[in-house]
Amino acid sequence: MEKASRNLQILNVLTIVLLVIATALVFFYAPRERVMGDVQRIFYFHVPSAWVGFLAFLVTLVAGIAYLRTGSRGWDRVGYASVEIGLVFTVMTIVSGSIWARPAWNTWWTWDPRLTTYTILALIYVAYMMLRQGVEDPDRRARFAAVYGIVGFISVPITFFSIRWWRTIHPVVIGSSSPTAEGGFDMTSPMRLVFFFSLFTFTVLYFCFLANRLRLERLAERVEQLKARWLSA
Amino acid sequence: MSVASSQTEPDVANIAPRKQSLSDYWLLFTDYWRTVGAVLWKDFTAELRSKELLSSMLVFSLLVVLIFNFALELDRAARENVAAGVLWVTAIFAGTLGLNRSLSMEKDRGSLDGLLLAPVDRSALYFGKALGNLLFMLLVQAVILPVFSILFNLPLIKPLMLVVVLLGTVGYASVGTLLASMAVHSRARDVMLPILLFPVAVPVLVAAVRASSAILVAAAWEEISPWFNLLIGYDVIFVAVAYMVFDYVVEE
Repeated sequence: MEKASRNLQILNVLTIVLLVIATALVFFYAPRERVMGDVQRIFYFHVPSAWVGFLAFLVTLVAGIAYLRTGSRGWDRVGYASVEIGLVFTVMTIVSGSIWARPAWNTWWTWDPRLTTYTILALIYVAYMMLRQGVEDPDRRARFAAVYGIVGFISVPITFFSIRWWRTIHPVVIGSSSPTAEGGFDMTSPMRLVFFFSLFTFTVLYFCFLANRLRLERLAERVEQLKARWLSA
Repeated sequence: MSVASSQTEPDVANIAPRKQSLSDYWLLFTDYWRTVGAVLWKDFTAELRSKELLSSMLVFSLLVVLIFNFALELDRAARENVAAGVLWVTAIFAGTLGLNRSLSMEKDRGSLDGLLLAPVDRSALYFGKALGNLLFMLLVQAVILPVFSILFNLPLIKPLMLVVVLLGTVGYASVGTLLASMAVHSRARDVMLPILLFPVAVPVLVAAVRASSAILVAAAWEEISPWFNLLIGYDVIFVAVAYMVFDYVVEE
Protein backbone atom coordinates (compact mmCIF):
# COMPACT_ATOMS: atom_id res chain seq x y z
CA MET A 1 0.00 0.00 0.00
CA GLU A 2 1.26 3.46 -0.82
CA LYS A 3 1.97 5.60 2.20
CA ALA A 4 0.11 8.83 2.77
CA SER A 5 1.98 11.73 1.23
CA ARG A 6 4.01 14.05 3.41
CA ASN A 7 1.51 16.89 3.05
CA LEU A 8 -1.41 14.68 4.01
CA GLN A 9 0.41 13.50 7.15
CA ILE A 10 1.11 17.09 8.16
CA LEU A 11 -2.54 18.00 7.54
CA ASN A 12 -3.70 15.06 9.67
CA VAL A 13 -1.50 16.03 12.62
CA LEU A 14 -2.42 19.71 12.29
CA THR A 15 -6.14 18.85 12.30
CA ILE A 16 -5.83 16.75 15.46
CA VAL A 17 -3.88 19.47 17.27
CA LEU A 18 -6.40 22.13 16.22
CA LEU A 19 -9.34 19.97 17.31
CA VAL A 20 -7.82 19.40 20.75
CA ILE A 21 -7.15 23.13 21.18
CA ALA A 22 -10.64 24.06 19.96
CA THR A 23 -12.30 21.60 22.34
CA ALA A 24 -10.20 22.85 25.24
CA LEU A 25 -11.05 26.46 24.39
CA VAL A 26 -14.77 25.70 24.19
CA PHE A 27 -14.90 23.95 27.57
CA PHE A 28 -12.33 25.86 29.61
CA TYR A 29 -11.75 29.28 28.06
CA ALA A 30 -15.11 30.38 26.71
CA PRO A 31 -17.20 32.10 29.39
CA ARG A 32 -20.44 30.60 30.64
CA GLU A 33 -23.42 32.25 28.95
CA ARG A 34 -25.55 34.08 31.50
CA VAL A 35 -29.06 33.04 30.49
CA MET A 36 -28.66 29.63 28.87
CA GLY A 37 -25.70 28.33 30.85
CA ASP A 38 -23.42 25.57 29.62
CA VAL A 39 -25.77 24.37 26.90
CA GLN A 40 -24.79 27.44 24.89
CA ARG A 41 -21.36 25.84 24.34
CA ILE A 42 -23.01 23.63 21.69
CA PHE A 43 -23.04 26.78 19.56
CA TYR A 44 -19.26 26.47 19.01
CA PHE A 45 -19.81 23.10 17.35
CA HIS A 46 -23.25 23.68 15.84
CA VAL A 47 -22.50 26.72 13.68
CA PRO A 48 -19.13 25.44 12.35
CA SER A 49 -20.76 22.10 11.39
CA ALA A 50 -23.53 23.97 9.60
CA TRP A 51 -20.91 26.02 7.78
CA VAL A 52 -18.94 22.93 6.77
CA GLY A 53 -22.10 21.19 5.57
CA PHE A 54 -22.81 24.16 3.36
CA LEU A 55 -19.20 24.47 2.19
CA ALA A 56 -19.14 20.77 1.29
CA PHE A 57 -22.19 21.10 -0.94
CA LEU A 58 -20.76 24.25 -2.49
CA VAL A 59 -17.64 22.24 -3.36
CA THR A 60 -19.92 19.60 -4.92
CA LEU A 61 -21.54 22.29 -7.07
CA VAL A 62 -18.13 23.56 -8.23
CA ALA A 63 -16.90 20.02 -8.83
CA GLY A 64 -20.08 19.26 -10.80
CA ILE A 65 -19.58 22.25 -13.09
CA ALA A 66 -15.90 21.41 -13.48
CA TYR A 67 -16.73 17.79 -14.32
CA LEU A 68 -19.24 18.77 -16.99
CA ARG A 69 -16.73 21.17 -18.53
CA THR A 70 -13.61 18.99 -18.40
CA GLY A 71 -14.95 15.44 -18.11
CA SER A 72 -12.11 14.53 -15.78
CA ARG A 73 -12.97 11.74 -13.35
CA GLY A 74 -11.07 13.48 -10.54
CA TRP A 75 -13.77 16.14 -10.26
CA ASP A 76 -16.42 13.48 -9.96
CA ARG A 77 -14.53 11.94 -7.06
CA VAL A 78 -14.26 15.35 -5.37
CA GLY A 79 -18.01 15.90 -5.70
CA TYR A 80 -18.85 12.47 -4.31
CA ALA A 81 -16.38 12.69 -1.40
CA SER A 82 -17.64 16.16 -0.53
CA VAL A 83 -21.28 15.03 -0.41
CA GLU A 84 -20.40 12.17 1.94
CA ILE A 85 -18.58 14.51 4.33
CA GLY A 86 -21.25 17.18 3.98
CA LEU A 87 -23.97 14.72 4.96
CA VAL A 88 -22.11 13.76 8.14
CA PHE A 89 -21.79 17.42 9.15
CA THR A 90 -25.39 18.17 8.19
CA VAL A 91 -26.63 15.41 10.47
CA MET A 92 -24.32 16.67 13.22
CA THR A 93 -25.79 20.15 12.80
CA ILE A 94 -29.36 18.94 13.04
CA VAL A 95 -28.67 16.71 16.06
CA SER A 96 -26.64 19.32 17.98
CA GLY A 97 -29.28 21.93 17.18
CA SER A 98 -32.01 19.69 18.55
CA ILE A 99 -30.07 19.11 21.76
CA TRP A 100 -29.70 22.86 22.17
CA ALA A 101 -33.30 23.62 21.20
CA ARG A 102 -34.73 21.32 23.86
CA PRO A 103 -33.65 23.54 26.80
CA ALA A 104 -33.61 26.83 24.85
CA TRP A 105 -36.91 26.60 22.95
CA ASN A 106 -38.46 23.82 25.05
CA THR A 107 -38.90 21.65 21.96
CA TRP A 108 -36.70 19.32 19.89
CA TRP A 109 -37.96 20.59 16.61
CA THR A 110 -39.81 23.49 15.07
CA TRP A 111 -40.72 24.25 11.47
CA ASP A 112 -38.48 27.26 11.27
CA PRO A 113 -37.10 28.22 7.82
CA ARG A 114 -33.50 27.54 8.72
CA LEU A 115 -34.25 24.14 10.27
CA THR A 116 -36.57 23.15 7.46
CA THR A 117 -34.24 24.34 4.71
CA TYR A 118 -31.32 22.54 6.28
CA THR A 119 -33.30 19.31 6.48
CA ILE A 120 -34.37 19.63 2.84
CA LEU A 121 -30.72 20.25 1.99
CA ALA A 122 -29.80 17.00 3.73
CA LEU A 123 -32.58 15.16 1.85
CA ILE A 124 -31.34 16.52 -1.49
CA TYR A 125 -27.93 15.02 -0.84
CA VAL A 126 -29.38 11.74 0.40
CA ALA A 127 -31.16 11.67 -2.97
CA TYR A 128 -27.80 12.44 -4.62
CA MET A 129 -26.27 9.36 -2.98
CA MET A 130 -29.23 7.20 -3.98
CA LEU A 131 -28.99 8.41 -7.56
CA ARG A 132 -25.32 7.45 -7.64
CA GLN A 133 -26.06 4.01 -6.29
CA GLY A 134 -28.85 3.49 -8.79
CA VAL A 135 -26.80 4.17 -11.92
CA GLU A 136 -24.27 1.53 -12.96
CA ASP A 137 -22.42 3.02 -15.91
CA PRO A 138 -19.62 5.14 -14.33
CA ASP A 139 -19.69 7.86 -17.01
CA ARG A 140 -23.42 8.31 -16.79
CA ARG A 141 -23.27 8.19 -13.00
CA ALA A 142 -20.74 11.01 -12.95
CA ARG A 143 -22.77 13.14 -15.36
CA PHE A 144 -26.06 12.61 -13.50
CA ALA A 145 -24.41 13.31 -10.16
CA ALA A 146 -22.88 16.54 -11.49
CA VAL A 147 -26.24 17.69 -12.89
CA TYR A 148 -28.11 16.86 -9.69
CA GLY A 149 -25.40 18.53 -7.60
CA ILE A 150 -25.97 21.72 -9.59
CA VAL A 151 -29.79 21.61 -9.62
CA GLY A 152 -29.93 20.71 -5.91
CA PHE A 153 -27.62 23.47 -4.78
CA ILE A 154 -29.37 26.14 -6.82
CA SER A 155 -32.73 25.21 -5.31
CA VAL A 156 -31.52 25.65 -1.72
CA PRO A 157 -31.53 29.46 -1.47
CA ILE A 158 -34.93 29.62 -3.20
CA THR A 159 -36.26 27.10 -0.69
CA PHE A 160 -34.87 29.20 2.12
CA PHE A 161 -36.56 32.37 0.92
CA SER A 162 -39.83 30.57 0.29
CA ILE A 163 -39.99 29.30 3.84
CA ARG A 164 -38.60 32.50 5.32
CA TRP A 165 -41.86 34.39 4.86
CA TRP A 166 -43.25 32.36 7.70
CA ARG A 167 -42.07 33.77 10.98
CA THR A 168 -38.65 32.63 12.12
CA ILE A 169 -37.50 32.02 15.69
CA HIS A 170 -33.97 30.86 14.88
CA PRO A 171 -31.47 33.32 16.40
CA VAL A 172 -29.01 35.12 14.16
CA VAL A 173 -25.87 35.59 16.22
CA ILE A 174 -23.81 37.21 13.48
CA GLY A 175 -25.51 40.09 11.72
CA SER A 176 -28.90 41.47 12.59
CA SER A 177 -31.36 39.27 14.40
CA SER A 178 -35.08 39.40 13.75
CA PRO A 179 -37.18 40.67 16.68
CA THR A 180 -39.04 37.36 16.99
CA ALA A 181 -35.87 35.26 17.46
CA GLU A 182 -35.56 33.38 20.74
CA GLY A 183 -32.34 32.20 22.36
CA GLY A 184 -30.05 34.78 20.79
CA PHE A 185 -27.18 36.40 22.66
CA ASP A 186 -24.40 38.92 22.09
CA MET A 187 -20.91 37.51 21.86
CA THR A 188 -18.23 38.85 24.17
CA SER A 189 -14.72 39.02 22.74
CA PRO A 190 -13.47 35.70 24.29
CA MET A 191 -16.60 34.06 22.89
CA ARG A 192 -15.90 35.54 19.49
CA LEU A 193 -12.30 34.27 19.59
CA VAL A 194 -13.40 30.74 20.48
CA PHE A 195 -16.11 30.81 17.84
CA PHE A 196 -13.84 31.87 14.99
CA PHE A 197 -11.15 29.45 16.09
CA SER A 198 -13.71 26.67 16.09
CA LEU A 199 -14.94 27.73 12.64
CA PHE A 200 -11.39 27.64 11.32
CA THR A 201 -10.75 24.22 12.91
CA PHE A 202 -13.86 22.72 11.36
CA THR A 203 -12.90 24.09 7.96
CA VAL A 204 -9.47 22.47 8.25
CA LEU A 205 -11.17 19.28 9.43
CA TYR A 206 -13.29 19.31 6.29
CA PHE A 207 -10.30 19.59 3.98
CA CYS A 208 -8.50 16.89 5.98
CA PHE A 209 -11.47 14.52 5.54
CA LEU A 210 -11.69 15.41 1.87
CA ALA A 211 -8.01 14.71 1.24
CA ASN A 212 -8.18 11.38 3.07
CA ARG A 213 -11.41 10.40 1.33
CA LEU A 214 -9.90 11.14 -2.08
CA ARG A 215 -6.85 9.04 -1.23
CA LEU A 216 -9.14 6.19 -0.15
CA GLU A 217 -11.02 6.45 -3.43
CA ARG A 218 -7.78 6.33 -5.43
CA LEU A 219 -6.63 3.28 -3.48
CA ALA A 220 -9.99 1.55 -4.02
CA GLU A 221 -9.67 2.16 -7.75
CA ARG A 222 -6.15 0.72 -7.70
CA VAL A 223 -7.44 -2.40 -5.93
CA GLU A 224 -10.10 -2.79 -8.62
CA GLN A 225 -7.50 -2.50 -11.36
CA LEU A 226 -5.18 -4.99 -9.68
CA LYS A 227 -8.05 -7.42 -9.12
CA ALA A 228 -9.04 -7.16 -12.75
CA ARG A 229 -5.47 -7.79 -13.85
CA TRP A 230 -4.51 -10.67 -11.56
CA LEU A 231 -7.77 -12.50 -10.91
CA SER A 232 -9.06 -12.58 -14.46
CA ALA A 233 -5.85 -14.13 -15.85
CA MET B 1 -25.10 21.92 -37.27
CA SER B 2 -28.80 22.11 -37.78
CA VAL B 3 -30.73 21.27 -40.89
CA ALA B 4 -31.60 24.85 -41.79
CA SER B 5 -28.08 26.15 -42.10
CA SER B 6 -27.05 23.27 -44.34
CA GLN B 7 -30.04 24.03 -46.56
CA THR B 8 -29.20 27.69 -46.91
CA GLU B 9 -25.55 26.94 -47.64
CA PRO B 10 -25.21 23.92 -49.86
CA ASP B 11 -21.59 24.72 -50.70
CA VAL B 12 -19.61 23.11 -47.87
CA ALA B 13 -16.43 25.10 -48.49
CA ASN B 14 -18.23 28.36 -47.87
CA ILE B 15 -19.66 27.59 -44.45
CA ALA B 16 -16.86 28.83 -42.21
CA PRO B 17 -15.84 32.26 -43.54
CA ARG B 18 -19.26 33.76 -44.26
CA LYS B 19 -20.81 35.87 -41.57
CA GLN B 20 -24.29 34.75 -40.63
CA SER B 21 -26.92 37.29 -41.53
CA LEU B 22 -30.06 38.03 -39.56
CA SER B 23 -32.21 35.87 -41.80
CA ASP B 24 -29.96 32.89 -41.12
CA TYR B 25 -30.51 33.32 -37.41
CA TRP B 26 -34.22 33.61 -38.03
CA LEU B 27 -34.15 30.36 -39.97
CA LEU B 28 -32.22 28.66 -37.16
CA PHE B 29 -34.75 29.98 -34.68
CA THR B 30 -37.84 28.81 -36.54
CA ASP B 31 -36.15 25.50 -37.25
CA TYR B 32 -35.49 25.05 -33.53
CA TRP B 33 -39.12 25.65 -32.64
CA ARG B 34 -40.27 23.38 -35.45
CA THR B 35 -38.28 20.59 -33.78
CA VAL B 36 -39.84 21.42 -30.42
CA GLY B 37 -43.25 21.35 -32.06
CA ALA B 38 -42.54 18.00 -33.70
CA VAL B 39 -41.60 16.35 -30.40
CA LEU B 40 -44.66 17.89 -28.76
CA TRP B 41 -46.92 16.75 -31.60
CA LYS B 42 -45.51 13.23 -31.41
CA ASP B 43 -46.34 12.99 -27.69
CA PHE B 44 -49.74 14.49 -28.27
CA THR B 45 -50.63 12.07 -31.09
CA ALA B 46 -49.42 9.06 -29.10
CA GLU B 47 -51.53 10.17 -26.16
CA LEU B 48 -54.56 10.83 -28.35
CA ARG B 49 -54.38 7.24 -29.60
CA SER B 50 -53.65 5.42 -26.35
CA LYS B 51 -55.20 7.84 -23.81
CA GLU B 52 -53.42 5.93 -21.06
CA LEU B 53 -51.47 8.82 -19.55
CA LEU B 54 -54.27 11.36 -19.18
CA SER B 55 -56.84 8.83 -18.01
CA SER B 56 -54.55 7.39 -15.33
CA MET B 57 -53.54 10.86 -14.13
CA LEU B 58 -57.17 11.94 -13.96
CA VAL B 59 -58.45 8.91 -12.10
CA PHE B 60 -55.49 9.10 -9.78
CA SER B 61 -56.15 12.77 -8.96
CA LEU B 62 -59.81 12.12 -8.23
CA LEU B 63 -58.81 9.28 -5.92
CA VAL B 64 -56.34 11.50 -4.09
CA VAL B 65 -59.01 14.17 -3.60
CA LEU B 66 -61.37 11.51 -2.20
CA ILE B 67 -58.70 10.11 0.09
CA PHE B 68 -57.94 13.55 1.46
CA ASN B 69 -61.61 13.96 2.12
CA PHE B 70 -61.58 10.88 4.32
CA ALA B 71 -58.16 11.48 5.88
CA LEU B 72 -58.88 15.06 6.95
CA GLU B 73 -62.10 16.01 8.65
CA LEU B 74 -63.06 18.70 6.17
CA ASP B 75 -65.69 20.94 7.65
CA ARG B 76 -66.34 24.43 6.33
CA ALA B 77 -63.49 26.18 8.20
CA ALA B 78 -60.94 23.42 7.60
CA ARG B 79 -61.80 23.33 3.91
CA GLU B 80 -60.82 26.95 3.42
CA ASN B 81 -57.53 26.40 5.22
CA VAL B 82 -56.37 23.22 3.55
CA ALA B 83 -58.02 23.40 0.13
CA ALA B 84 -55.01 24.97 -1.59
CA GLY B 85 -52.68 22.42 -0.02
CA VAL B 86 -54.86 19.47 -1.04
CA LEU B 87 -55.16 20.83 -4.56
CA TRP B 88 -51.40 21.20 -5.06
CA VAL B 89 -50.48 17.91 -3.44
CA THR B 90 -52.92 16.24 -5.81
CA ALA B 91 -51.44 18.06 -8.79
CA ILE B 92 -47.87 17.18 -7.78
CA PHE B 93 -48.58 13.48 -7.22
CA ALA B 94 -50.45 13.22 -10.50
CA GLY B 95 -47.61 15.12 -12.18
CA THR B 96 -45.07 12.58 -10.95
CA LEU B 97 -47.12 9.81 -12.56
CA GLY B 98 -47.17 11.66 -15.86
CA LEU B 99 -43.46 12.55 -15.83
CA ASN B 100 -42.41 8.99 -15.07
CA ARG B 101 -44.63 7.62 -17.78
CA SER B 102 -43.61 10.15 -20.41
CA LEU B 103 -39.90 9.38 -20.12
CA SER B 104 -40.01 5.65 -19.40
CA MET B 105 -42.21 5.22 -22.46
CA GLU B 106 -39.44 6.74 -24.59
CA LYS B 107 -36.81 4.53 -23.03
CA ASP B 108 -38.70 1.22 -23.08
CA ARG B 109 -39.71 1.44 -26.71
CA GLY B 110 -36.26 2.60 -27.72
CA SER B 111 -37.63 5.81 -29.18
CA LEU B 112 -35.28 7.88 -27.02
CA ASP B 113 -32.33 6.59 -29.05
CA GLY B 114 -34.18 7.51 -32.22
CA LEU B 115 -34.78 11.03 -30.97
CA LEU B 116 -31.14 11.40 -29.99
CA LEU B 117 -29.99 10.26 -33.43
CA ALA B 118 -31.94 13.08 -35.08
CA PRO B 119 -29.61 15.89 -36.26
CA VAL B 120 -31.21 18.54 -34.06
CA ASP B 121 -30.27 20.53 -31.02
CA ARG B 122 -30.72 18.32 -27.94
CA SER B 123 -32.30 21.12 -25.93
CA ALA B 124 -35.11 21.24 -28.51
CA LEU B 125 -35.94 17.67 -27.47
CA TYR B 126 -36.00 18.80 -23.87
CA PHE B 127 -38.37 21.67 -24.58
CA GLY B 128 -40.60 19.38 -26.62
CA LYS B 129 -40.86 16.83 -23.82
CA ALA B 130 -41.25 19.51 -21.13
CA LEU B 131 -44.00 21.29 -23.07
CA GLY B 132 -45.78 17.96 -23.54
CA ASN B 133 -45.62 17.22 -19.83
CA LEU B 134 -46.77 20.76 -19.05
CA LEU B 135 -49.71 20.39 -21.40
CA PHE B 136 -50.84 17.08 -19.89
CA MET B 137 -50.54 18.43 -16.36
CA LEU B 138 -52.54 21.53 -17.30
CA LEU B 139 -55.23 19.39 -18.90
CA VAL B 140 -55.53 17.37 -15.70
CA GLN B 141 -55.67 20.60 -13.68
CA ALA B 142 -58.35 21.90 -16.02
CA VAL B 143 -60.50 18.94 -15.02
CA ILE B 144 -59.74 18.77 -11.32
CA LEU B 145 -60.14 22.49 -10.66
CA PRO B 146 -63.88 22.56 -11.48
CA VAL B 147 -64.45 19.17 -9.84
CA PHE B 148 -62.62 20.41 -6.78
CA SER B 149 -64.63 23.63 -6.59
CA ILE B 150 -67.86 21.64 -6.77
CA LEU B 151 -66.86 18.98 -4.24
CA PHE B 152 -65.39 21.46 -1.79
CA ASN B 153 -67.82 24.25 -2.56
CA LEU B 154 -65.09 26.84 -3.04
CA PRO B 155 -64.71 29.51 -5.74
CA LEU B 156 -61.47 28.21 -7.28
CA ILE B 157 -61.83 29.34 -10.85
CA LYS B 158 -60.54 32.90 -10.82
CA PRO B 159 -58.21 34.49 -13.38
CA LEU B 160 -55.39 34.93 -10.84
CA MET B 161 -55.77 31.33 -9.74
CA LEU B 162 -55.29 30.15 -13.31
CA VAL B 163 -52.08 32.20 -13.55
CA VAL B 164 -50.78 30.57 -10.34
CA VAL B 165 -51.65 27.13 -11.70
CA LEU B 166 -49.81 27.92 -14.94
CA LEU B 167 -46.69 29.31 -13.22
CA GLY B 168 -46.51 26.50 -10.66
CA THR B 169 -46.97 23.81 -13.27
CA VAL B 170 -44.32 25.37 -15.55
CA GLY B 171 -41.75 25.20 -12.73
CA TYR B 172 -42.70 21.68 -11.75
CA ALA B 173 -42.74 20.35 -15.31
CA SER B 174 -39.40 21.95 -16.24
CA VAL B 175 -37.46 20.50 -13.29
CA GLY B 176 -39.51 17.30 -13.44
CA THR B 177 -38.72 16.60 -17.09
CA LEU B 178 -34.99 17.09 -16.48
CA LEU B 179 -34.92 14.85 -13.41
CA ALA B 180 -37.22 12.24 -14.95
CA SER B 181 -34.85 11.86 -17.87
CA MET B 182 -32.16 10.97 -15.32
CA ALA B 183 -34.44 8.81 -13.17
CA VAL B 184 -35.39 6.49 -16.06
CA HIS B 185 -31.76 5.41 -16.35
CA SER B 186 -31.46 4.41 -12.71
CA ARG B 187 -32.25 0.99 -11.29
CA ALA B 188 -35.28 1.83 -9.13
CA ARG B 189 -36.59 4.37 -11.59
CA ASP B 190 -40.25 4.76 -10.62
CA VAL B 191 -39.25 5.35 -7.02
CA MET B 192 -36.27 7.50 -7.94
CA LEU B 193 -38.18 10.40 -9.51
CA PRO B 194 -40.12 11.58 -6.44
CA ILE B 195 -37.01 11.23 -4.28
CA LEU B 196 -35.02 13.42 -6.67
CA LEU B 197 -37.82 15.83 -7.49
CA PHE B 198 -39.69 16.59 -4.25
CA PRO B 199 -36.85 18.22 -2.27
CA VAL B 200 -35.96 20.40 -5.27
CA ALA B 201 -39.60 21.31 -5.94
CA VAL B 202 -40.34 22.53 -2.41
CA PRO B 203 -40.26 26.25 -3.36
CA VAL B 204 -42.85 25.69 -6.10
CA LEU B 205 -45.13 23.91 -3.68
CA VAL B 206 -44.73 26.53 -0.94
CA ALA B 207 -45.25 29.49 -3.25
CA ALA B 208 -48.13 27.93 -5.17
CA VAL B 209 -49.98 26.86 -2.02
CA ARG B 210 -49.48 30.23 -0.33
CA ALA B 211 -50.54 32.17 -3.40
CA SER B 212 -53.59 29.95 -3.97
CA SER B 213 -54.83 30.22 -0.41
CA ALA B 214 -54.29 33.99 -0.44
CA ILE B 215 -56.38 34.18 -3.62
CA LEU B 216 -59.04 31.95 -2.08
CA VAL B 217 -59.59 34.35 0.81
CA ALA B 218 -59.36 37.29 -1.62
CA ALA B 219 -56.30 38.80 0.05
CA ALA B 220 -54.75 42.09 -1.08
CA TRP B 221 -52.38 42.03 -4.05
CA GLU B 222 -49.45 43.00 -1.75
CA GLU B 223 -49.88 39.68 0.04
CA ILE B 224 -50.00 37.64 -3.14
CA SER B 225 -47.33 39.34 -5.26
CA PRO B 226 -44.19 38.03 -3.44
CA TRP B 227 -45.31 34.48 -4.20
CA PHE B 228 -45.84 35.38 -7.83
CA ASN B 229 -42.33 36.81 -8.00
CA LEU B 230 -40.94 33.68 -6.38
CA LEU B 231 -42.76 31.43 -8.86
CA ILE B 232 -41.57 33.47 -11.84
CA GLY B 233 -38.00 33.53 -10.52
CA TYR B 234 -38.03 29.77 -9.96
CA ASP B 235 -39.43 29.13 -13.44
CA VAL B 236 -36.85 31.31 -15.16
CA ILE B 237 -33.90 29.90 -13.20
CA PHE B 238 -34.81 26.25 -13.68
CA VAL B 239 -35.79 26.48 -17.32
CA ALA B 240 -32.40 28.11 -17.92
CA VAL B 241 -30.51 25.51 -15.88
CA ALA B 242 -32.32 22.63 -17.57
CA TYR B 243 -31.56 24.17 -20.96
CA MET B 244 -27.87 24.30 -20.11
CA VAL B 245 -27.43 20.83 -18.60
CA PHE B 246 -29.86 18.68 -20.61
CA ASP B 247 -27.16 17.89 -23.17
CA TYR B 248 -25.10 16.13 -20.50
CA VAL B 249 -28.06 14.09 -19.27
CA VAL B 250 -28.84 12.46 -22.61
CA GLU B 251 -25.26 12.23 -23.89
CA GLU B 252 -24.31 8.65 -24.79
